[in-house]
Amino acid sequence: MAAAAFYDLEGTLVRTNLVHTLGFYAKNQPGLISSLKKSAATLISLPVFAVTDQYSRKVFNDLYFKRYKGQSEDRLRFLAQELFETVLKPAIFPGTYELLEKSRSLGLRQVVVTGALDVSVNQVMAHLGITEYVANRLEFVNGLATGRLLPPVMAAATKASWIRVYAEREGLSLSDSYAYTDSMSDLPMLSIVGHPAAVNPDMRLRQTALHHDWPILSLK
Amino acid sequence: MSLQLRRKTHESVVYIDRDSAPRILASGMDFILEDLPVGTRVIYPNPPIKGLANREAAIRYALNHPHDCDPLFAQLEPGMKVTIAVDDISMPIPPMKTPDIRQTAIEILVEMLHGHGVDDVHIIIAVSLHRKMTPAEMKRMVGQKIWSDFYPDRYYNHDAEDPANLVLLGETRHKEPLRINRRAAESDLLIYLNFNFVPMNGGHKSVGVGLCDYESLRAHHNPDVIRASHSYMDPAGSELARVIGRVGEIADEHLNVFHIETTVNNYIFGPDMGFLTKNEDDFSAFDRMKYEAMRFAMNKMPRPAKRTMYNSLKSSYEMIACHAGRTNPVHDRIIAKSMEQYVVSIEGQCDILICPVPDMSPYSINSILNPLLVQVMALGYHFNMYRGKPLLKKGGTLILHHPCTDEFDHKFHPSYIEFFNRLLPETRDANVLRDKYEQEFANNPSYVEMYRRGNAYHGSHPFFMWYWGESGRQHAGHVIAAGAENAHVPAMMGWERADNLTEAIALARCYMGSSAEITMLHQPIVAIADME
Repeated sequence: MAAAAFYDLEGTLVRTNLVHTLGFYAKNQPGLISSLKKSAATLISLPVFAVTDQYSRKVFNDLYFKRYKGQSEDRLRFLAQELFETVLKPAIFPGTYELLEKSRSLGLRQVVVTGALDVSVNQVMAHLGITEYVANRLEFVNGLATGRLLPPVMAAATKASWIRVYAEREGLSLSDSYAYTDSMSDLPMLSIVGHPAAVNPDMRLRQTALHHDWPILSLK
Repeated sequence: MSLQLRRKTHESVVYIDRDSAPRILASGMDFILEDLPVGTRVIYPNPPIKGLANREAAIRYALNHPHDCDPLFAQLEPGMKVTIAVDDISMPIPPMKTPDIRQTAIEILVEMLHGHGVDDVHIIIAVSLHRKMTPAEMKRMVGQKIWSDFYPDRYYNHDAEDPANLVLLGETRHKEPLRINRRAAESDLLIYLNFNFVPMNGGHKSVGVGLCDYESLRAHHNPDVIRASHSYMDPAGSELARVIGRVGEIADEHLNVFHIETTVNNYIFGPDMGFLTKNEDDFSAFDRMKYEAMRFAMNKMPRPAKRTMYNSLKSSYEMIACHAGRTNPVHDRIIAKSMEQYVVSIEGQCDILICPVPDMSPYSINSILNPLLVQVMALGYHFNMYRGKPLLKKGGTLILHHPCTDEFDHKFHPSYIEFFNRLLPETRDANVLRDKYEQEFANNPSYVEMYRRGNAYHGSHPFFMWYWGESGRQHAGHVIAAGAENAHVPAMMGWERADNLTEAIALARCYMGSSAEITMLHQPIVAIADME
């Protein structure tokens, strides 16, 4: 039976996290004042993001994606190439290429399940040769972001349920599949596959991985 | 009077009498005292051969007087590309006090190479599928000067999973491939520096195994080859040595290899801890005091502290021989010298073999002796330390003494954990394990990355450890784990369990009869039983 390798993206395959992307867009607003204001607001929000991420990924997402409110879809798409070249591409871990290559050589389908925005990850996926991926999508009304996400929101248990549905649809064996993530919030995703692995894990995931005897990788 | 009646066949063989002192058993990280049954034969390591007074001079002499080839200096030309491959930290056990022999030899080599205008020099640690050495271990092994000059660009670990840096040299007539490190293969001269600690190592195994990849290794690291080796510690009776010899000949055909092999005596501990290898009947009051003090201190320590202290033990081995030149003549001389140190003549096999297992193994340096490694030390290394026929009779009982703690090092031995918890409950059959699971583990992307970017043993390594114990497993009728602190590890391994040695001997006598001949290996020991 066919199997897949499911990857989280930010913090797992690339060094950056969601806040780097937000920071990039904040810095590249139309106009200096606007850029300064957005950048300052992002900076001030960092402790709030850190605390809420520890508490709940859902609460974090609600707060985080509100920061995109009012951004134009055109602008986000226009800046995506530059975001990739200047922020995301240099942040790809050296081990990422090896991991993907080895994984492909085993005939595993390569699937990225990320909480990042689809506009920001398209280029990375193309660069890594990954055609199967799911990311979060902002809701736009009249071409402007509302600060909300379209369902399904890729986070925590939603990632796991998406993987389950996907595997069933594609005829993939989850027992033979692999999952890689850096964050404790993705524990459900790790729990449903036969070969889970913690990659560059945070403290909580490291402890959990040790407890469950899961491999702990560093792609740095 | 009774002391005089003791049979004395060899100075390293002692028979227990009514008035004999209790023996020290090195079990895990503890050294415990046990009274052994009267008549038990205890085998000690031979007294150390005197080390060479000036090892720098001995190494220089070997380089200038090699066997079957020109001296090293005569092979050097300005601008040539040279690679020095060197054995990893797995030998000796415990690691040597600094300076390590490898440091001395590499310093001499580098000086000679530079003196002849050879500047394109790389030093590669021939880890094969062992874990990569950490920077701290690498630095300790070669010293500050080499470290500063070569690390990280020109002093690094071999990577058996880097396809771009591996090259296929050829295949034997038995279709055994040899793919080795590209830098080593494409050098004008490959210098292999070997540290020969057990007779299995060195010779063709140096290049043929140390610098190869997984596919090359699995051609000979398999249950059939191990089962056909009698033993793999005796090159003459080892099928493993024969196959590796075939593979190694490919390396000799394609490469210009200059071998340097060294061997050491068995002066494992310095004067402070030397009592651990001494006949307890000959203990002085000071020896007893030192032992009691050590036991008291170790008993009071929590396990992590004890492990830190245990892992910080450094050995005092002294170099007793160094030869250089072509593979076989060098290796033959080194094996002859190490056998001179290790061989103990033994008359008659035993029914019950007691093998205490200290936490000392090539695979647990700065780490934990996990249950699979306990297995490989007892049923692999120590069982195979014979020439002729095994110390234990076929169908006899092997008693290993170890706490068998269910503890693994996640950083160094991640695939061992899955092997132990997922595979062993399903089967202990080495061939089934190899056919069904070995390649899955070897190709597991997580394990591959942990091997390449971390310090993990290769995903396939627990399988090799299991095969390594195959001879002992096939030969022994029963294996009893004495002193095991839990029931599930022995059960998983297919062993019986006993609380202590007395209980284990009683159990073994149920199988082997009350007059069973008992032999104990006095650990730590590196000795080859020459069976008559």
